[in-house]
Amino acid sequence: MAYLDHAATTPMLPEAAEALTAQLSVTGNASSLHASGRRARRTVEEARETLAEALGARPSEVVFTSGGTEADNLAIKGLYWSRRDADPAGTRTRVLASPVEHHAVLDAVHWLGEHEGATVEYLPVDSHGRVHPDALREAIARNPDDVALATVMWANNEIGTVMPIRELADAAREFDVPLHADAVQAFGQVPVDFAASGLAAMTVSGHKIGGPYGIGALLLGRDQTPVPVLHGGGQERHVRSGTLDVPAVASFAVAGRLAAEQREWFAREIGALRDALVEAVRTAVPDAILGGDPAPGGRLPANAHFTFPGCEGDSLLLLLDAQGIECSTGSACTAGVAQPSHVLLATGTDPDLARGTLRFSLGHTSTEADVEAVAKAIGPAVERARAAGLT
Amino acid sequence: MTHTAQPSRPLRVLAAMSGGVDSAVAAARAAEAGHDVTGVHLALSANPQSFRTGARGCCTIEDSRDARRAADVIGIPFYVWDLADRFREDVVEDFIAEYEAGRTPNPCLRCNEKIKFAALLDKALALGFDAVCTGHYATVVLNEDGTRELHRASDMAKDQSYVLGVLDEKQLAHAMFPLGDTLTTKDEIRAEAERRGLAVAKKPDSHDICFIADGDTQGFLANRLGKAEGDIVDESGAKLGTHEGAYGFTIGQRKGLRIGTPAADGKPRYVLDISPVNNTVTVGPAASLDVSALTAIKPRWCGTAPTGPGTYTAQLRAHGGETEVTAELVDGSLEVTFAEPVRGVAPGQAIVLYDGTRVVGSATIASTVRATPTSV
Repeated sequence: MAYLDHAATTPMLPEAAEALTAQLSVTGNASSLHASGRRARRTVEEARETLAEALGARPSEVVFTSGGTEADNLAIKGLYWSRRDADPAGTRTRVLASPVEHHAVLDAVHWLGEHEGATVEYLPVDSHGRVHPDALREAIARNPDDVALATVMWANNEIGTVMPIRELADAAREFDVPLHADAVQAFGQVPVDFAASGLAAMTVSGHKIGGPYGIGALLLGRDQTPVPVLHGGGQERHVRSGTLDVPAVASFAVAGRLAAEQREWFAREIGALRDALVEAVRTAVPDAILGGDPAPGGRLPANAHFTFPGCEGDSLLLLLDAQGIECSTGSACTAGVAQPSHVLLATGTDPDLARGTLRFSLGHTSTEADVEAVAKAIGPAVERARAAGLT
Repeated sequence: MTHTAQPSRPLRVLAAMSGGVDSAVAAARAAEAGHDVTGVHLALSANPQSFRTGARGCCTIEDSRDARRAADVIGIPFYVWDLADRFREDVVEDFIAEYEAGRTPNPCLRCNEKIKFAALLDKALALGFDAVCTGHYATVVLNEDGTRELHRASDMAKDQSYVLGVLDEKQLAHAMFPLGDTLTTKDEIRAEAERRGLAVAKKPDSHDICFIADGDTQGFLANRLGKAEGDIVDESGAKLGTHEGAYGFTIGQRKGLRIGTPAADGKPRYVLDISPVNNTVTVGPAASLDVSALTAIKPRWCGTAPTGPGTYTAQLRAHGGETEVTAELVDGSLEVTFAEPVRGVAPGQAIVLYDGTRVVGSATIASTVRATPTSV
């Protein structure tokens, strides 16, 4: 079997699994004052320090959440509410977002527009799906006082394009506008340094880097005070209440440390495998279109995204799945009905063309055999999917 | 000599899974028989949804989930295919146009002919599948000369060969109906689903038209076609009342006529005719519903078309009984004469001809001949 859907989730690192299981049988609420509580708290705080170091942040800037989706929601809704409410005129309601965001961001932003009086403005992107700093600067400059926040992902989950986060954050800081970045896909693949980035907030997730499911974090600058989404016991700087999942936190930190330590190896080795996969697909299907930025520095090293003209991505998925090759079309909805990807549509791709996409995402367990399996299967699969056509 | 189509080699089978118990058990039986089965749920209803997708989602997300859950338990891959555009064009719009023209269509037949054993089958074959499997109760028989026949299900009470009467031999060659071969009651199918761990075992049957979720066909048609007030008249042409749209009636309908004055003989009155041209609905006594002959168009044959007149049994609606007929193909239309008059035959419905249990073919009823002269 060739598992090439690591961007959906990647196998847990043995070290992370060990840390998780070691903690599962240990009792202790990290908020308790007795010895068991102190022991749990020590585990949590050491994990916080480990993760902060891996991400170039201070420990106090790490807010644990239930995952990437919750961290995105907390950043976007929380910062919107606090910034709107801090404005005496109450007119600071503009939210700037890239149109290629993950749904955890896109739907949160949309919800603010529908229910909380936000004016949502989508930033222009180029054909690689990249937001240019001048575009953000221009959008803010039109009326800097009414911008509540801006959000631009660090790297795109579908086409792998890496955003110029540092330059975008600089542009936002010129106007004192907080910029949030979803760095779920970037962490472990490109250098991610929270302090150096100049971001106000940043989302990371456990299971995308070989840690457990159900754990993530919002990196939150010390001067940021989002209104909580979850109210309760006041854990996590009073912005994210709820008893901490100590085993998951400990395991996440191990995975985070390894993601940072092995990042260069990952970019080099997995990047080379990815290049081989791209080459193999292009050889087998010469008219396949590589999505995102073709420049190696402009995209995630583990991402290969293709559009196959005249094919339905779902058909390709079925045909490859039948041969033990697991990948993704890059977009899905709750009923499972494939939609043209909003990311591709935002980059100006023709809607019919956008139906024929496949995303191969590699990871730490990927091998040359995986690439060979794709090289062998993709040509006949595309031929067959083209015969089936677009319904 | 015939024997039941039971292929010896494993086939690549695409199982259409509605989310109901029948299609789930059918898929499970196909997989158990050793075939390489992939489940697919057809998203057929376009339903403008949220910003999130900017387009459609299936109106039956729950059905899609049930089908997926069943596929997971059976242990087969599962996909949702969006055939909403084709379904709207070929089934829903046709359904509305037929009612507008004063006829009574059967959308299930249409769906089998145009969607399940056309759009879906074509795509399946192109992707390398050998057959499409559904939960219909009908039997495919493979003759020694390699030809195939469609027969009624072993259990006549559940037979659904009527709605499959539109399939030609080529479509039949790629059809698999794992439920049709066994004498199993619905309770037994549910018990089998339970035994197989399929959660749909207790799911209620659906009888409604799938794209009219609330079952209100009149409301659906009124919404699409608008109100068009017209007269309800008797056989002499005398006005008895008004209606809000001739499309809201079916030949043989008794209820809902809302005529104030009773008939002279005090007997109930039925819809005898619907005329979309002058928007008139004609009503009269039950005896006037008797039909002695009919003409049906667009015949489809399951095998070679018969030459010359023949004697058959005919079925005129989905759960109707059998009736003796002679039928002959004249200038591409089917001329059918009933041995005994039959009551309440609605243009637009399909007539399916049988030779014993074998489906011979089908055609769409275009016009009928009254058995009793009208009292004009």
